[in-house]
Amino acid sequence: MAAKSLILVLLLLGTFAYLMLFERKILGFFQFRLGPNRTGPWGLLQPVADGVKALIKEDVIPAEADRLIYLLAPGISLFMALAAYAVIPVGPPVHIGRYTVPLSIADPGAGILVLLAFTSLGIYGVALGGWASQSKYALLGGLRASAQLISYEIAMAMNLLAVLVMAGSLRLSDIVAAQSPYPYALVQPLGFVIYLITASAEVARAPFDLPEAETELVAGYHTEYSGLRMAMFVMAEYVNLITQASLVTLLYLGGWAGPSWLPGVVWFLLKLGAVLFFFIWVRATVPRLRYDQLMALGWKVLLPLSVANLLAYAGWAALAG
Amino acid sequence: MAAPVERVPPEAGARAWKVARGLAKGFGTTLRILWQRKHTIQYPDRRRERSARFRGRHELRRYANGQEMCVGCELCQVACPANAITVYAAENDPRHPHSPGERYAFAYEIDMLRCIYCGLCEEACPTGALHLTQEYEMAAFSRDALVYGRRILVDREATEFTVPEVVYPPFEGRRPPEAPEAGRERAGVTAPAGEQEAQRALSRRQDAGSCVPEERRAVAS
Repeated sequence: MAAKSLILVLLLLGTFAYLMLFERKILGFFQFRLGPNRTGPWGLLQPVADGVKALIKEDVIPAEADRLIYLLAPGISLFMALAAYAVIPVGPPVHIGRYTVPLSIADPGAGILVLLAFTSLGIYGVALGGWASQSKYALLGGLRASAQLISYEIAMAMNLLAVLVMAGSLRLSDIVAAQSPYPYALVQPLGFVIYLITASAEVARAPFDLPEAETELVAGYHTEYSGLRMAMFVMAEYVNLITQASLVTLLYLGGWAGPSWLPGVVWFLLKLGAVLFFFIWVRATVPRLRYDQLMALGWKVLLPLSVANLLAYAGWAALAG
Repeated sequence: MAAPVERVPPEAGARAWKVARGLAKGFGTTLRILWQRKHTIQYPDRRRERSARFRGRHELRRYANGQEMCVGCELCQVACPANAITVYAAENDPRHPHSPGERYAFAYEIDMLRCIYCGLCEEACPTGALHLTQEYEMAAFSRDALVYGRRILVDREATEFTVPEVVYPPFEGRRPPEAPEAGRERAGVTAPAGEQEAQRALSRRQDAGSCVPEERRAVAS
């Protein structure tokens, strides 16, 4: 368990670092540029350079800051982001000799609930960080960010419920198993689309990256953070993105299901990569929303639609028995 | 007055369709760009040709026989709209002339921080000595280093071409109608008079707290 946790954390941090490089590259391609390519072949050492830079940057703590909470906040964000991944299975259990190793740290019966709990708790890092900075911009940024995350989480939960109704289980591996032969993206196209939108808002990705909205807020809740602490917030954001993309893969794309000429893990990773690419594609295409547009979209469009979606599938499930 | 136009908000379905179509178009555009050739120029590795009329760093050319083309006429200084050029002309020593003219640029400096690269100095130069090259990498670590003097403007290889022949008649010393060389020798002047004058002008300027850098002072003196 401990070994698996360590491996998972290292894997996630490595993936995060290279996801950032991948994103910068792809964004560059989307903008007629080459992206980072000066550090190492094809810029492959860029994450290392970025990491070193974050480490040696001056770390400023505002004089009036609530030190304990200020120092704790990025940790909370990052910890919750990493912890959420513990319940995500990345493939079918692997058989090594007489041992069967499940490819997740835990696959609890209430998997989805655990996941929701952790991702919601991550908001504490954001809100507390904004508050403890003792800066009005950071405070407003933190409040904005948490208001956004909470409002989109509701629409997201409605979609999750529709999936749970169909699968009849909260366990993630059961949900994956329930998706044969048709992945839920085909069964619930509306839910799939809404989930993608709410997921990108939940992890504060473009076009919903208002918590950072650097044009209006100078980075919002992490205005007063610098160096490694700032990097931890970014890290948490990207790990959350990986978690959400994994969740999309598990809930709507059939997880590790696929033709057997590739192992399940590879299928999972391919689908995960495709979802991540999609998120980057969205970032390169759609302009950032205004805050009132964001709220209107969340409460007036996505929430009713996802409730309707849930009711439709719940009614269908009840009728089908 | 025209009757107020009643605005009918478009139907929700039509609006959703419009949004979806707009999004699809946008996604198509970005995806098309993804595969297109990138416009990035790998700058230090690859450089783009600049236009022939590009105006970069100045240089003062020489003739092929080593003589300076600049005759210290100061027309560039006059023409410069940014007052970036300062010329201290001195009279040539007839035995070892720096330039074919009567005078030469004893000290010549261009304040590149003021230069606007308009090229008027180049236009004004009667001998074609001053030339704006294609060079544009001129970053420096101090402001002083950006006041270019003779060392940078004259004492370096010409970038494009050297003018093979001196088209002006060689300078053989000024010959006033009465007593050509005699007066000078009588006065016991060792250096040409103009040079001393220029030296005095320079030192006056330095006393007044000018920003002529150390290296330039060495060149000037």
